[in-house]
Amino acid sequence: MTMTVTPPTATPADPPAVTSDGRVVGRRNHRVLLHVGLVAGLILMIGPFVFMALGSFKTTGELRQVPPTFLPEDPTVANYRDLFDRLDFPRYFFNSTVVALAVTAGNLLFCSMLGYALAKLEFAGKRVVFVLVLATLMVPAIVTFMPLFVLISNMGLANTHAGLILPFVVGALGVFLMRQFIGGIPDELLDAARIDGAGEYTIFFKIVLPLCGPALATLAILTFLGSWNSFLWPLVVASTEDMYTLPVALSLFSIGQQETNVALQMAGALVVVLPVVILFFAMQRFITQGIATTGIK
Amino acid sequence: MTAIIATESIAATPTAPPRRSRPSRKQNLVGWSFALPFFAMFVVFMAGPIVVSLITSLTDLRSTDIRSPFGVNFVGFDNYVDVFSDPKFRKAAVNTAIFVVVGVPLTMSLGLLAAVALNQGIVKFRRVFRLGFYLPVVTSIVAIAVVWRFLLGADSGLVNGLLDQVGIDGPAWLTDTKYALPSLIVMAAWKNLGFSMIVFLAALQSIPVDLYEAAAVDGAKSWQPFRYITLPLLRPTILFVSVITTIGYVQFFEEPLVMTQGGPLDATLSVTYHAYNQFSFGNYGYTAAVSYVMFVAIALVSFILFRLLRPNT
Repeated sequence: MTMTVTPPTATPADPPAVTSDGRVVGRRNHRVLLHVGLVAGLILMIGPFVFMALGSFKTTGELRQVPPTFLPEDPTVANYRDLFDRLDFPRYFFNSTVVALAVTAGNLLFCSMLGYALAKLEFAGKRVVFVLVLATLMVPAIVTFMPLFVLISNMGLANTHAGLILPFVVGALGVFLMRQFIGGIPDELLDAARIDGAGEYTIFFKIVLPLCGPALATLAILTFLGSWNSFLWPLVVASTEDMYTLPVALSLFSIGQQETNVALQMAGALVVVLPVVILFFAMQRFITQGIATTGIK
Repeated sequence: MTAIIATESIAATPTAPPRRSRPSRKQNLVGWSFALPFFAMFVVFMAGPIVVSLITSLTDLRSTDIRSPFGVNFVGFDNYVDVFSDPKFRKAAVNTAIFVVVGVPLTMSLGLLAAVALNQGIVKFRRVFRLGFYLPVVTSIVAIAVVWRFLLGADSGLVNGLLDQVGIDGPAWLTDTKYALPSLIVMAAWKNLGFSMIVFLAALQSIPVDLYEAAAVDGAKSWQPFRYITLPLLRPTILFVSVITTIGYVQFFEEPLVMTQGGPLDATLSVTYHAYNQFSFGNYGYTAAVSYVMFVAIALVSFILFRLLRPNT
């Protein structure tokens, strides 16, 4: 980054950079100030996570010390041992994973199928289906909460994996995303396959889906994260410990017990957050892309 | 159905291309075979419950009736009358309104500030900042609450510990009726500003640099390029972000559930929380009525935002 007087046209706008040579000193101050602000912001944003990670290796006694310590004075893994021995965290981890994977798989298949039908096929009632699905984006979750609970209970699915999964295997946002993306695939490509005698299912599985890689990745990561973090539905539906997901388990041994076991809570929180952070870093390109797709265009 | 669509498309474009022929029987079969798996699930788990909720709001259904839901009585709009005359609901509505009116602009301005800062060509390690600022958006509220409850603790919390170092006696952030709701607003802004930032950043990057160059040639100073170029061009994005953020914030619930349980003295009770409590008590008719009031409120607020922020006429 050399400081040139002419603005770099490829990089986005930097209004002060555009002004004439008299502002060079001003620009250096500007740059330092900008980075100081950004670093301060970053500390505020990820500080709590760092604190969580470090805290999970402290004792509750050390966490309550005034003034607080930054690094653990006497690092201990006792909290993690408790999570795995005294509490059944492997089981909760397993439940969270099963539910999130099933919800994601359902969304990928069903949303892309409907997305294909809406983008590339003609059938009676197509417009109605699209409008109905989109309209539900504005419906607050609490509206369906109670009827869903009654439904799942009457189906005998309360406190089962199916009860945690089924209400979320289809989602309006996924349809929107897949319809947008599949709409961008040229018709000529599909028509050529039709002329060669390919059926719509062959076209869908052999041509369309393989071209949808980025959109499917975006949908997969967003759905997985949403399901992994979802909290209220499993809190109500999972009534015995063997069905708890991670957020449910964490909430039940942390909420309303602020004074005890803070260090253990930090370790539990880290177990909930860490897989998300790893996934997030690995797939961040698809996350930001997805938001830009559904948001801007 | 098809007739309506056909007349609409003709009305919209007088010199329209030849009218699309009605889909053949085979086309319908193929199309629906793709649409049906989603649509069947959608009707059972989404559309159905929305309708059931509306009907329930007109009945006296309670949790004890769910094995025989057709034996309940229709009570007209009694539940809605009960909702609006319930002081708890009013308290919750005021709290929710404050949360939205303060929280949405705060979250969006912080997100925009971060986006504008990151959009400066001279920023190094942009990716690191972007990731860090977005991280809270994708993490579990329950996990975040563990840390925030500890940070905001009255006696041994980190925030008050730091304030103590400079001689300030910090308040009980989460257990004082004056500070509980503002604390949750700040926490929500912290958690959600990354979403606004990402969307604003994408929009900022699509603004052509020549506009700023032209403005500079014309002698635009300090805030003028931002005020007269950036903001007007961001208008559609601001609309989008404000609608999405508002729809989310009107449903504000998980933050008080994990941080304060609605307390102290209902200071952080929200409308959705109130509905959830009534659900737990088994008052299903009342719960449904509250949730439909929410539904209407969200539709109204979205409509107002669209009117306020639509392209200049």
